[in-house]
Amino acid sequence: MNRNMNADLAAVDGRRRLNMDKLLTIICFVLLFIIVIIPIFMIIYNAFFFEGTFSIDLFKEQLTADKNLSAMWNTLKIALFATILGTIMGVFYAWLLGRSDIPAKGLMRALFNIPYMFPPFLGAMAWDLLLNGRSGYLNRFLMTTFGLSKMPFNINSIAGIVFVEVSYYFPFVFLQVVSALERMDPTLEESARIAGAKQGTVIRRITLPLVKPAISAGALLILTTSLAHFGVPSILGYAQGIYTLPTRIYAVIYNSGGSFEGIRQGAALSVMLVAVVALALVLQNKILSTGNYDIIKGKSMRPTLIKLRGAKAPLFLVAIFTLILIVFVPLVMIVLISFIKAYGLPLTPGNFTIAQYLKVFKAGGTLDSIKNSLIVSITAGVVCMFLGTLVAYVVQKIKPKGKEALEVISVLPYSIPGTVLSIGVILAWSGNLGITLYNTLWIILVAYMARYLSFSMKTSSAALLQVHSSLEEAARVCGASHSESLADITLPLIRPAMVSGFFLIFLPAMREVTTSILLYGPYTRTLGVQIYSLRDAGMIPQAAALATVAIGLIIILNAIVTQITKDRKGV
Amino acid sequence: MTDQIILRNVTKRFTTKTLGDIVAVDDFSLNVKEGECFSFLGPSGCGKSTTLRMIAGFEDLTEGEIELCGRLVSSKKKNLYVPPEERGLGMVFQAFAVWPHMNVFENVAFPLRIKKMNKTDVEKRVKEALRHTSLTGLETVFPGNLSGGQQQRIALARAIVTNPKVMLLDEPLSNLDPKLRETMRFEIKDLQRKFNFTIIFVTHDQSEAMAISDRMLVFDMGKIMQIDTPENLYNKPCNRFVHNFLGESTFIRVVLQDGKVYAKGDMSQTIDLQIPQDADEEMVVATRPNEITLVGETESGYKTHIVKRIFLADRTEYLVQVGEQMVKIQTPHRVHFKEGEACSVKFLEPMWYPADDGTEDIDRERRQIV
Repeated sequence: MNRNMNADLAAVDGRRRLNMDKLLTIICFVLLFIIVIIPIFMIIYNAFFFEGTFSIDLFKEQLTADKNLSAMWNTLKIALFATILGTIMGVFYAWLLGRSDIPAKGLMRALFNIPYMFPPFLGAMAWDLLLNGRSGYLNRFLMTTFGLSKMPFNINSIAGIVFVEVSYYFPFVFLQVVSALERMDPTLEESARIAGAKQGTVIRRITLPLVKPAISAGALLILTTSLAHFGVPSILGYAQGIYTLPTRIYAVIYNSGGSFEGIRQGAALSVMLVAVVALALVLQNKILSTGNYDIIKGKSMRPTLIKLRGAKAPLFLVAIFTLILIVFVPLVMIVLISFIKAYGLPLTPGNFTIAQYLKVFKAGGTLDSIKNSLIVSITAGVVCMFLGTLVAYVVQKIKPKGKEALEVISVLPYSIPGTVLSIGVILAWSGNLGITLYNTLWIILVAYMARYLSFSMKTSSAALLQVHSSLEEAARVCGASHSESLADITLPLIRPAMVSGFFLIFLPAMREVTTSILLYGPYTRTLGVQIYSLRDAGMIPQAAALATVAIGLIIILNAIVTQITKDRKGV
Repeated sequence: MTDQIILRNVTKRFTTKTLGDIVAVDDFSLNVKEGECFSFLGPSGCGKSTTLRMIAGFEDLTEGEIELCGRLVSSKKKNLYVPPEERGLGMVFQAFAVWPHMNVFENVAFPLRIKKMNKTDVEKRVKEALRHTSLTGLETVFPGNLSGGQQQRIALARAIVTNPKVMLLDEPLSNLDPKLRETMRFEIKDLQRKFNFTIIFVTHDQSEAMAISDRMLVFDMGKIMQIDTPENLYNKPCNRFVHNFLGESTFIRVVLQDGKVYAKGDMSQTIDLQIPQDADEEMVVATRPNEITLVGETESGYKTHIVKRIFLADRTEYLVQVGEQMVKIQTPHRVHFKEGEACSVKFLEPMWYPADDGTEDIDRERRQIV
């Protein structure tokens, strides 16, 4: 645009700039208030207030109910064991792949990332098919082979739930620790060798203490995720009456047929769950803020790999066995069951058919559920991509008063268990405040937006930090207005980050169940809900068929994302 | 004096996916005497760090053997390999490598505690080591709160606390600022005098190496170029690479005809130089910019003119035309010529090298990288 930047015009422009920044800040606060604050407020309000008066009766009643207490106890037990075992497993494999001379590292690393991609509830489904205490395929196989009188394993137990959660959550620790090990200056370990320490002593006294921050970060991520997790305990625990807080909340609301009383009880339980998770988060902040060392210095000399010598073959076999157990067995089982004529039939070629696929796609709702998931995930991804960037821009560049609050608010919903968030969304948007979104896709969309906003906010924030203000200033000097320099300089520079922010939301949203299981209506099932309901209704081969389709979809989408993000230079 | 570090025909080959087989260290033999300060000098990637790491025991040899203090520690033939922790060395790394989760005392005490030394002895010796490295009073501080210089002192204290016979220093000063680098250089020499250990000092900084070493070794592409005292290396470099690596160099291509020397591209006047025996028809004369005399045109010497004059802080630099080449001369400020002015040039005792020993092109590439 050709324009003389004389003093008057600059002043006018300057005032307009102020207005635009102010407008953006206000939009930001208003949107976050609607999307995040209202649902959270509604939970707290309904847990403690009844018809306008304060009362902790409901809360007390829920807190002392035996079923709820045992659910709480189970939640803690599962989370604790999953965290301990997942951490041990994660650290062990991180060390094995990061520091030893075990073969086929690249391949194994790629495979260890797979559990990260798949929804754990599909894994739970597969293990239920294999090791169900009454009819599991592997159980029956072992019984007939070894002539046992009863089923050797029972996956429908606390131990079973812990096992499945560990196999999906140990990558949290694995990924953190393996990257810490790789970035670590190898001379830190070498100088200990020179000082006379043996390899084992070096690991114990130097390596482990130095990656401790990474270990605790991963461990706490497992802890908070497991505390809030719905999928695995709901699939494996339901049959045996094993409840955790998230599944108990679901059961309370489901059994009450969606009545207000049930939702209120759910809200009270939610407060309990949030309290437990909040405790874990406080712990997390405490631990993470202390003892963060700078261990990435020096010239990048590749770390000396530790020779496993005699232990190499056995450890390699253990690693391969683990991979087969946690990655291939569940996957193969789901695919096999999807081709079986009827659940329970032996897995012989004669019993295979593609009829389940035809059935599941002919049945109403399946195609709709895929469509719904695509619509909601893409919309949530796009909206969050812009909203997250807006929040990031306001926080990083405009820096208004209360920017810390903005940051906290946008990250808050992710720290809240999905089940709890759904209850807040139900309480907020099913008529209490004059707006009814219940039974529409909108309510799921609103929940997804709140849940995933922090993903895009964080990526855009990181990118914006890299865009030095002199770049925008240079554009201003060249004659661009504030909004023009924003549109022509800043946005194009952070576009790659915005796109990856979109995918960070789109991919998990596609396979989501925890939130949508409480929000779906007759015509608004998502893909995850549809699989869950098919299984719940006993149509297991059909559920497996749809799960196979979902897994295929996830693999294809991931491949596309990797292709797109591979050769792009971002800021 | 006995030989404390002996390398016999040491070779190290790597196989990489991208470059295939690389010979990092090529048939390398070396004796370092007790109490000597010996430097490995060379451009990055020349193999000096690999050699040091083989002495320390972090890298295995492909061929050859290494002896430390009269004890064989690595031998391919006898299939012998002593791990680093049993070699009894002290070592200081470029990035300090002090452990951030231990305080200063714990860092320095670590080697003693590993040896299961009793508490009072540990305290006594750590105190001693800290005193020698001027760290007294900082015992309970964590390294993260200390400066680079102090961190490097911790590393030194940790290395001397066990009183090792051999000290390996892997570019220990290159992460420090120039002023500090000089002080630390003296402190290291001081410690060596007090504790009487043998030093192998790896660096790519020639002035650092010259200031600190008794003898030094110039490396290139995994090969020994020359081993000598700093003075001899500077004054009598064995080839153009060493000449160029140790200080500023001026190379002049010359043609020899009928016992006379001509600058290449100018057969109209001779250059007054003593021709060495078995010289080829074309040679390279190597000298330093400050070892060329610049005098008025009436005096004897090679007649030419000033092309460019550059005023530098502590000297004046002139570019003059010699044959087809531009030659750099550095003089004190009192020697004054204008650009375009006629002048004579005299070369003092230059070195002679064959016209094509293949090293010049490598230098040029290297210089760009550095």
